[in-house]
Amino acid sequence: MQPDIRGYFGKYGGTFVPETLMPALEELIKAYDEARQDPDFQREVDYYLTNYVGRPSPVYLARALSARLGGAKIYLKREDLNHTGAHKINNTVGQVILARRMGKKRIIAETGAGQHGVATATAAAMFGLKCVVYMGAEDIQRQALNVFRMRLLGTEVVEVSSGSGTLKDAMNEAMRDWVTNVRDTYYVIGSVAGPHPYPMMVRDFQAVIGREARQQMLEQTGALPDCVIACVGGGSNAMGTFYAFLDDPEVKLVGVEAGGKGLSSGQHAATLTAGRPGVLHGSYSYLMQDSHGQVAPVHSVSAGLDYPGVGPEHSHLKDIGRVQYTVATDEEALAAFHLLCRTEGIIPALESSHALAEAIKVAPQMAGHQSILVCLSGRGDKDVHTVAREMGVELV
Amino acid sequence: MNGIELLAARFAQVKQRGEKALIAYITAGDPSLETTAKLVASLDQAGADIIELGVPFSDPVADGPVIQRAVNRALANGTTLAGILDLAANLTNKVATPLVLMSYYNPILQYGLDQFCHDAARAGVAGIIVPDLPLEEAGPILAASELAGLAWIPLVAPTTDGQRLARIAAAGSGFVYCVTVTGITGTTQDVTGEIGRIAKEVRSLTELPVAAGFGIGTPEQAAAVARYCDAVVVGSAFVKLVEKQGKDSMKVVSELASQLKQALKG
Repeated sequence: MQPDIRGYFGKYGGTFVPETLMPALEELIKAYDEARQDPDFQREVDYYLTNYVGRPSPVYLARALSARLGGAKIYLKREDLNHTGAHKINNTVGQVILARRMGKKRIIAETGAGQHGVATATAAAMFGLKCVVYMGAEDIQRQALNVFRMRLLGTEVVEVSSGSGTLKDAMNEAMRDWVTNVRDTYYVIGSVAGPHPYPMMVRDFQAVIGREARQQMLEQTGALPDCVIACVGGGSNAMGTFYAFLDDPEVKLVGVEAGGKGLSSGQHAATLTAGRPGVLHGSYSYLMQDSHGQVAPVHSVSAGLDYPGVGPEHSHLKDIGRVQYTVATDEEALAAFHLLCRTEGIIPALESSHALAEAIKVAPQMAGHQSILVCLSGRGDKDVHTVAREMGVELV
Repeated sequence: MNGIELLAARFAQVKQRGEKALIAYITAGDPSLETTAKLVASLDQAGADIIELGVPFSDPVADGPVIQRAVNRALANGTTLAGILDLAANLTNKVATPLVLMSYYNPILQYGLDQFCHDAARAGVAGIIVPDLPLEEAGPILAASELAGLAWIPLVAPTTDGQRLARIAAAGSGFVYCVTVTGITGTTQDVTGEIGRIAKEVRSLTELPVAAGFGIGTPEQAAAVARYCDAVVVGSAFVKLVEKQGKDSMKVVSELASQLKQALKG
């Protein structure tokens, strides 16, 4: 659906930002509105998606995994094969081309697992723009490889040690930078979160995932998938995947949140499952918070899912019941990670492993003629240190 | 008198004395609500004309590191909006200086918008400032605060253009809070850089008093900025003192307030 003029999907969304940023958001709304109706802009984005990112990404039937589970056939949308290794590049290429069109000279971004940071650094390098990425101190520890990649690409990585030192705090710091440098700086938000028009714009840039996958499933199987599964942190790969299927009521859509150490442990990031609506980072959406409205600490083995908020369109889709949201625990995600490595020779990102964990749960209950499409949002190279630590293995 | 009238009376009084108003900000609950009560009394004694109490929020995106740390200290003590309203009710009986609450939106929203405005007004709070609530999203709180007789004090920024300014000024009450810099609280930039232009523009659009804040910490800066407006907001400079001296910061805070007030007597 399109949000209303103020950026609301149902009752979620809006623009809850300091006044300093409102003129910048008005400028962005106008610029994006013009760009998306301009065939030249679309052509340029498509050119880079095809020739630089490597789209379309394949849809791959995971035969061995499906056979092992003995139920529905599992298809993987291989966003892990994109340049830089995740779906994030679809969005950053689009936004950086937009920023250049708007005459902005400086790009900022926040990142959790580092994939969005790397994708932003990549697009900025390609177009010769100065780039600064904010990253939580804890995530810098967990994702040293991606920090190094960003620096190789000429980006300045700023460590954020306030708060929990994770994605939420990096986002606070990026917003402060934006408030301070708003006149010449473009803020590339990496998820379908933040103030209007970001949730709509990021979804539009990610919608290529679902558009391609829908077509590819029809070509390969002659039918739509029975079930589409994607992981949800802020929710950009999920929104991009689901968007093409929203009007296909026969397709069941499932978003998988980070169940961390289990919902009863209180250490998780299952915003839609366990949170309630509130305002953070520019929009009204489900939020992990205490009874006084303070944002609650969250946990996930996956740095990319470790976020207390979620995109407003997901909140709306939950309320109207079009998408079912569920959780996978750290343990379930790790088990799915290992199973995919061994059965298919694919090392998935820990984020994507949450979606796989759900597929592993439901596939055996489904029939052999049925199909599940899983968005494999990214590859797992960045997570091997985390997995090694979980296995008690010391890497040099 | 309701909050709007209270603020109007205070500005009239200050103007009559040929002075500019000092609006002093401290974070409520830093390091404890008990200290906050004493600090409010000291600021009142030292000549602050309006006192702004910051409601701690875990993710204060409009604030710099000084206030962020204060917020963390306050939250670590279990400071809540309900506790701050109780404190305010207690204080408004004892000090004549109008109290204004500065809170991010989510704590207010979770408290309940109508309930909050009702309880704040009943506690004697004169007005509210919500830094992450632009005019576009302020409809519900404007209605609730108007009903309660509470001033909704709008923020305008150097990036706000004439048309937005006009709409914001028309919706606001109490005073217009002009952000002196494109930036966050407590940053050191040239605070007089844009305030002349903004204040002039605001004055051409509204009868409301004009206050300037963000980055003003010394008597010299206060005097320089005050030339263009009716009031000066000082926050991080006070909070820094509280950070250093904790529950014994009454004396230093009151000294700075006196110096600032002196500078504003021009």
